[in-house]
Amino acid sequence: MTDPSYYQDHIRNFSIIAHIDHGKSTLADRLIQQTGGLTQREMSEQVLDNMDIEKERGITIKAQTVRLHYTAKNGENYELSLMDTPGHVDFAYEVSRSLAACEGALLVVDAAQGVEAQTLANVYQSIEHDHEIIPVLNKVDLPAAEPERVRHEIEEIIGLDASEAVLASAKSGIGIEDILEQIVAKIPPPGGDRNKPLKAMLVDSWYDPYLGVVILVRVIDGVLKKGLKIKFMAQGTEHLVDRVGCMRPKIEQLPELAAGEIGFITAQIKEVSQTAVGDTITTVKDSAPEPLPGFKEVQSVVFCGLFPVDAADFEKLRESISKLRLNDASFTFEMESSAALGQGFRCGFLGLLHLEIIQERLTREYDLDLITTAPSVVYKIIMNDGSEQFLHNPADMPDVVKIAEIEEPWIEATIYCPDEYLGGILKLCQDRRGIQKNLTYVGDRAQVVYELPLNEVVFDFYDRLKSISRGYASFDYHQIGLRNGQLVKMNIMVNGDPVDALSMIVHRDAAEVRGRHMCERLKELIPRHLFKIPVQAAIGGKVIARETISAMRKDVTAKCYGGDISRKKKLLEKQKKGKAKMREYGNVSIPQEAFIAALKMGDES
Amino acid sequence: MGPLALYVHWPFCVSKCPYCDFNSHVRAQVDVAVWEAALLTDMAYEAAQVPGRKLSSIFFGGGTPSLMPPALVAKLIVAAERHWGFADGIEITLEANPSSVEAANFEDLAQAGINRVSLGLQSLDDQTLEFLGRAHDVEEGLAALDTAQQAFDRVSFDLIYARPSQSLESWSAELQRALSFGTDHLSLYQLTIEPGTRFETLVRTGELIPADDDHMADLFDLTRNLTTAAGLPAYEISNHAPLGQESRHNLTYWRYQDYVGIGPGAHGRRLESATERHKKPENFLSAVARNGNGLKVEQPLAPETRAMEALMMGLRLAEGVPLEALEAKTGLTIAHMLDAPAVDQLAKLGLLTMTDQRLTISAKGMPLLDALLPKIIADI
Repeated sequence: MTDPSYYQDHIRNFSIIAHIDHGKSTLADRLIQQTGGLTQREMSEQVLDNMDIEKERGITIKAQTVRLHYTAKNGENYELSLMDTPGHVDFAYEVSRSLAACEGALLVVDAAQGVEAQTLANVYQSIEHDHEIIPVLNKVDLPAAEPERVRHEIEEIIGLDASEAVLASAKSGIGIEDILEQIVAKIPPPGGDRNKPLKAMLVDSWYDPYLGVVILVRVIDGVLKKGLKIKFMAQGTEHLVDRVGCMRPKIEQLPELAAGEIGFITAQIKEVSQTAVGDTITTVKDSAPEPLPGFKEVQSVVFCGLFPVDAADFEKLRESISKLRLNDASFTFEMESSAALGQGFRCGFLGLLHLEIIQERLTREYDLDLITTAPSVVYKIIMNDGSEQFLHNPADMPDVVKIAEIEEPWIEATIYCPDEYLGGILKLCQDRRGIQKNLTYVGDRAQVVYELPLNEVVFDFYDRLKSISRGYASFDYHQIGLRNGQLVKMNIMVNGDPVDALSMIVHRDAAEVRGRHMCERLKELIPRHLFKIPVQAAIGGKVIARETISAMRKDVTAKCYGGDISRKKKLLEKQKKGKAKMREYGNVSIPQEAFIAALKMGDES
Repeated sequence: MGPLALYVHWPFCVSKCPYCDFNSHVRAQVDVAVWEAALLTDMAYEAAQVPGRKLSSIFFGGGTPSLMPPALVAKLIVAAERHWGFADGIEITLEANPSSVEAANFEDLAQAGINRVSLGLQSLDDQTLEFLGRAHDVEEGLAALDTAQQAFDRVSFDLIYARPSQSLESWSAELQRALSFGTDHLSLYQLTIEPGTRFETLVRTGELIPADDDHMADLFDLTRNLTTAAGLPAYEISNHAPLGQESRHNLTYWRYQDYVGIGPGAHGRRLESATERHKKPENFLSAVARNGNGLKVEQPLAPETRAMEALMMGLRLAEGVPLEALEAKTGLTIAHMLDAPAVDQLAKLGLLTMTDQRLTISAKGMPLLDALLPKIIADI
């Protein structure tokens, strides 16, 4: 083994910051290929994004890492650790931990599209970590590429010197060697002392069917070895290390991971939920005196109910959710029972995208048909007696007369868009009770900062933003705490009975519009019955919107003779089976499709 | 043992109508001798299954049974009488197209034993007849009606209403005219778009817009009011006659009594089983040649199924369903057959009545029968 200090000098830890579609994964693949991590034959497309959904959406959900062996032009050998960061606003904390594990970053910007809001958020984080940032202008070989304009943008908007930005095309293999050389030359080697007590950061973890829970770590001080008894400082649990290694990207076992290195360990851990991202790992003996800074408990921001379309699938849903959770400790779930939708789970997520990902994985990987109730945020309810509670299901709202006030979470949102769409975006933010904080122009692009109540954002904000800007606006946010709000619980009543799955908490000013819209939709969705049915939206006892579904007047087969019996009988049997998929509300049968459609509604246009 | 009815299906038509989903086929040539032999064989088979029961009615349906040579009709009637014997006052009905060609046969058909015809007049408006794909016009149809009324004791005819963009006024005028011809039976069907028909295709492509349900309900009410005023009240959803002039054959279906069905695609209910013949004429012929009958399916029906079928059919009648008789017929209790809370609720809404063990759909409930049935019938 070489001299440890020489070795540490030749380590480079870096991440790649990029907006979705700007070519992060392709670039990562190129770097792996160039340094011989995998042969051409072994390269399946985009090695790092290994979940189907990640491949489809072009985003990274779990942080992955790969260690590259690179012989630089100076003849020296380097170990480069590439840390792939989650690419979405919902995973901001995970991103911050991944960045904290590195000393530098490649800022990959599409040379045709320029800087986007997501890129900005991550690059600022990276700057806060004192990272050395290497700008890479990707896709320079595209006809629409404007490297000079984008170079200027990087300098103007981010304030980085982009004069030495690498002109690259990950797809065509242009500029890859330049990137590797700049990594070696510009990114500093990690610090840390292998002789100090162990301090390693838990960057991420995932479940592997063969290895159990695999933990991605960055060793800050000390050494991690097989057989070592370790302690998770925040979690307070102890484990025995049974494997130490790195990914190249194939798994390679190593004798140790020392200060400055990124790699993985396994420690006979069965569930991902036993590991907390950002936790500090130390030894049981000779523990580090204090943990690394920056640890945060993961907290769910958005909640919704997940119910099986077919009630018989409840057990399957329970098993599937439990299995998923083995691999993703960032969502929470508990049993929920709804008169409308039957048995299901109330689940908490880091954000809307996270919700969508989990929902999609359940649907796709576990083959479940799901109903998702309207997403809700967490409200703080202050009761008249001064007690407080957190509400994440509108159905659990206490009696209004006992409530002193309600607080709702707010966010600061940064939206970045071509200026032609600005008008529509400002109106959207305004309609959603937004407070404008800042508006700046760079060339023909605008950056606008708004404070917004989160509950207005979980309600189809992304979709509206996308359609207003034809997909050109990018969006990023962080939470800025709770604020008092004029919030009310709106019930939807069908034939006088409240429908639990459709109740929602809304701002008083928006209640009437939302209520009217919901009543109109339900009028379309609920089939006519043998009697007329009032559909009402109400706050407390006060009806704020009402529609009436008139009674059915005709449903009869004109001709029915000897030969028609069998056919008619089949129809009747089908109708009787259909009854099973209906929910009864005050004698009104509401087909499940009506709930699904009502919950999907969002377009208030 | 109650009465037994015989249904004979003649599957051939000159052309297919765009609204019709019945088992009808267009063939260039029909070998009458082959069909005579096959139908007689099929009838003999059924006669052997259900012996010793007198026939109360025979019905020749189709297709277009008025295209059958009267001699063939005569032979089938003679054979039926030989197999079973006729009850007093047997009703022998034949469906007929009101064309001049077919009307020319009416006298011979009456001679053969037909004593009731059901004419497919369908409309008293030439444009509508064209829209419905009918070969006759109003004048020809009415001439055939006149001929029929001279040849047969009892005459009924069919009209199709609730046609696209048909107003209440125009249907009222058409129906009043129809009532003025003095027949003692009318079948008045709302146009329904059946799967697999040309009309269904037109609806799908947006070329045909069916009447909406509310308008159909208004037309239905109007029909009931006019026919009642004229002395031909509805005794079934779409059938109107003074007391005693109902189609006895069709009452057999609705009262869920036994009937034997022969010929392609014919259905039967006898010996607590459902029977169904091969639909395609050629398959029917080869089945008869092979097996001595045209059966495709013969399936015993569970008591629950029979109860369901009996309610489904019987509640179409103004007279309703006598529940004690149904209990006796199926061996099931009323509690087992009916969803009592639902029946109560529907009674409160005025959609049905339950008196003296008789379940009857009210005038208000009749146009909603298909929606009522799944509620009324218990989950089995």
